[in-house]
Amino acid sequence: MEVTLKIVVCVKQVPDSAAKVVVENGQVTWGDAPLVINPWDEYAVETALRQQEAHGGEVTAISMGAENAKEALKHALAMGCQNAVLISDPALIGADSLLTARVLAAAIKKISGVDLAFFGRQAIDGDVGVTAAQTARVLGWPALTLVSAVSQLDPGVGTIQVERSVEEGRQVVEAKLPASISVVKDIGEPRYPSFMGIRKASRAEIPVWTLSDLGLEASAPVVTWPEITNPPKREVLTEIIAGDNPQEIAEKLVEKIIEEKVL
Amino acid sequence: MDFALTEEHRMVQRMVREFAQREVAPVIKEYDRAQEMAPFVLARMAELGILGICFPLRLGGQGMDYISLGLACEELEAVDTTLRVVMSVHVGLNSMALLQWGSEEQKERFLVPQARGEKIACFGLTEPGAGSDVAGITSSARREGEEYVLNGEKMWISLATKADHALIVARTDPKAPDPHDGLSAFMVELNSPGVKCGDIHGKLGVRAGSTGWLSFQDVHLPIENRLGEEGEGFKIAMSCLDNGRYTVAAGATGLIRASLEASVKYANERQAFGREIGKFQLVQQKIARMVQSYESARLLYLRAGWMKNQGLRNTRETSLAKWFATDASFEAAAEAIQVHGAYGYSDEYDVERYLRNAKGAIIYEGTSEIHQLMQAGYALGYRDDAPLRCELPAYDPDFWQT
Repeated sequence: MEVTLKIVVCVKQVPDSAAKVVVENGQVTWGDAPLVINPWDEYAVETALRQQEAHGGEVTAISMGAENAKEALKHALAMGCQNAVLISDPALIGADSLLTARVLAAAIKKISGVDLAFFGRQAIDGDVGVTAAQTARVLGWPALTLVSAVSQLDPGVGTIQVERSVEEGRQVVEAKLPASISVVKDIGEPRYPSFMGIRKASRAEIPVWTLSDLGLEASAPVVTWPEITNPPKREVLTEIIAGDNPQEIAEKLVEKIIEEKVL
Repeated sequence: MDFALTEEHRMVQRMVREFAQREVAPVIKEYDRAQEMAPFVLARMAELGILGICFPLRLGGQGMDYISLGLACEELEAVDTTLRVVMSVHVGLNSMALLQWGSEEQKERFLVPQARGEKIACFGLTEPGAGSDVAGITSSARREGEEYVLNGEKMWISLATKADHALIVARTDPKAPDPHDGLSAFMVELNSPGVKCGDIHGKLGVRAGSTGWLSFQDVHLPIENRLGEEGEGFKIAMSCLDNGRYTVAAGATGLIRASLEASVKYANERQAFGREIGKFQLVQQKIARMVQSYESARLLYLRAGWMKNQGLRNTRETSLAKWFATDASFEAAAEAIQVHGAYGYSDEYDVERYLRNAKGAIIYEGTSEIHQLMQAGYALGYRDDAPLRCELPAYDPDFWQT
C-alpha cells in the first residue's frame, strides 16, 4: 500500500506588515489595518504543499484565534491545502506560547496520524518564535527549527532529512517522523492562491474546535505582558559641517564629536 | 443594494496585487526606461490564470466574474499601466468578443488557447488614417470563393509583436451606402504568410508595454475566421470597446489610487516650514480631490461590472466610467507630482511615470471627446443602443465553473 503523508500546517492571523502598530492606553493597536496570514507561515504552507505534491496525502491548516483567523485559514486553503480547522475559545484570549503549543498539540493529536507539522519561523506580531519547538515538546516529537530545505523525506521508512540555517552555516539534520518543523525564507517563495483555490476557499465551511472539543482546560498564561510601551521617539538633528577643504571639515568634525562627548 | 465585495473578490484582489507588487514593481522602472516589455510578464500572467480570469472553465478560463476582471485591472494598473493594457487587449477587446460573438468552433479554436494563456491576442481597429473615424477604415477583406484576402495596415496596436491572434476589422463591402455597414471582423493568425509587424518606440508613456503596427499583404483567411456576419464589423468593434473600456476604466481607477497613495505617503514624510507638508491646506485639497476621484471612478466601474454580470447593456455606463476615470487619473498624477515637488519631476519617484502613462488612455478606446459626445447624445435623446444580435453573456456561476 502506498504510504501517504498527513501534514498539518499551523498558521496565525496577524496585522499586515505594513500596518502601523502602536500602543494606546496600554493596549497594542494597529487601527483598521487589515489582518493577514502571518507572512512566515506562508512559507510553511508552501513547504507543506510541496511535500504533499511530491508524496501524496493531505494538508490540514490549523489556526488558533478569533473568528477572523478564518481568513488566514482561507488563504491557506486558496493556496491549495485540503482542510482547515479553527481553534477558538474565549478562554484562549491572552494565551502565551506555551498554552498555544498545548492547544496546537492537542489539535494535532485529534487530527491523528499526523506525520509532519509545519510552522513559520515566528509570528510577526508576538515575535516569540518558540511555538514550533514548544509544540514539538508537548507532542514528544523532534523539533527541527529554522529549516531552509527539506533534502529527503521517506514516508515509508518514516524519516526526514533537512538543512537548518544556523549562524555558522548549514546543518544537516535527520529525524524520525512524526516531526515538527519551522521553516525560514530560503525554503522557497510561497505560491499565490490560484483562482480555483480562491473559489474553493471562499465556499469552505471551516470547523471550529473549542477547548472542550480538545479535552483541554485553559491554564493561566505563564508569560504575560504587564506593560507595553511605544519605543521612545528618536529626536534627530542634522547638521552639515562646512569648510574650505577636507582638512578643515575633518577638524571641525573632530571638535564637534569631542564636544558632544560621542567619543 | 450591496456595496460589499465578496470574499472571493477580495481574495482575487489580493492575489493580483501581490503578483504585481512582488514581481513587477521592483523592476518596472528599468523596463520603462529601456522601453521594453518585461519578458516574464505575459508568461506569468498566463501561468497565474490572470489572462483567462473571467472565462468559463469549459472554455479554458478561470470561472470568475466580470467584477473580478475589473478588480484585477485596478490592481495591475496600480503598479503599471502596461500590465492592464495586456488585459484590455487580450481579454477585453479580443477574448470577450469571442465569448460574445464567436461560433462554438471559433471559441474552441481561438478562445480556449487564449483563455489558457497559451496564445496571446490583440485587436486591430485603428489605422494610420482612421481612429475615432471608424467608418474611415481602408483595410480591405476581399471575398474570393471560400476565402477572404486581407490587405491594409493597423496602427497603435498593443501587443502587435507579442500576439498570436488578432481581431481585425476590415472593409468587405466598399460600396455599402453607409460605410459602417461595409465592415466585417476577422480572427487573423499572425503567423500567416503576408503578415508583418513591428513595435513603435518613443511613446510618451506605457513604455514598458508593446505598442506596434500590423500590415497585411494578400493574407488569405478561411471563411471560418470571420467573426459574426459579413457587415457586422462595426457593431462587433463597438461591443469590443464596451469590454475594453471597462478594463481601461478599472485600470485608470488603480492609477488614481497609486497617485493618492504615493501623495499621502510623501505628504506624511516630507517636512517644509517645520512640519509635514500634509498639514498644509493646499496639499490637503489635492489629496481630497484624489480621494473623490478614486471613489467615484471605482463606483462607476463596479457598476459597469455589475451590469455585465447581470447581462445588462452597459455601453453608456462603461463609457462614462472610462471617460471619468481616465481624465481623473491624469489630473491625479499631475497633482501627485505637484505634491512631490521637484522629486516628483524625476524618475526617482513613480509619479512622473503615472502621468506619462495616464495620457494614453485619454486617447485610446474612445477619446475623452468621443465619450463626451456619447454622454451628451444619451442625455439629449440623440443616441440609443439598439439590441445586438449577440449580447455579452451574463455571468452564470454554474455555467462558468463547471
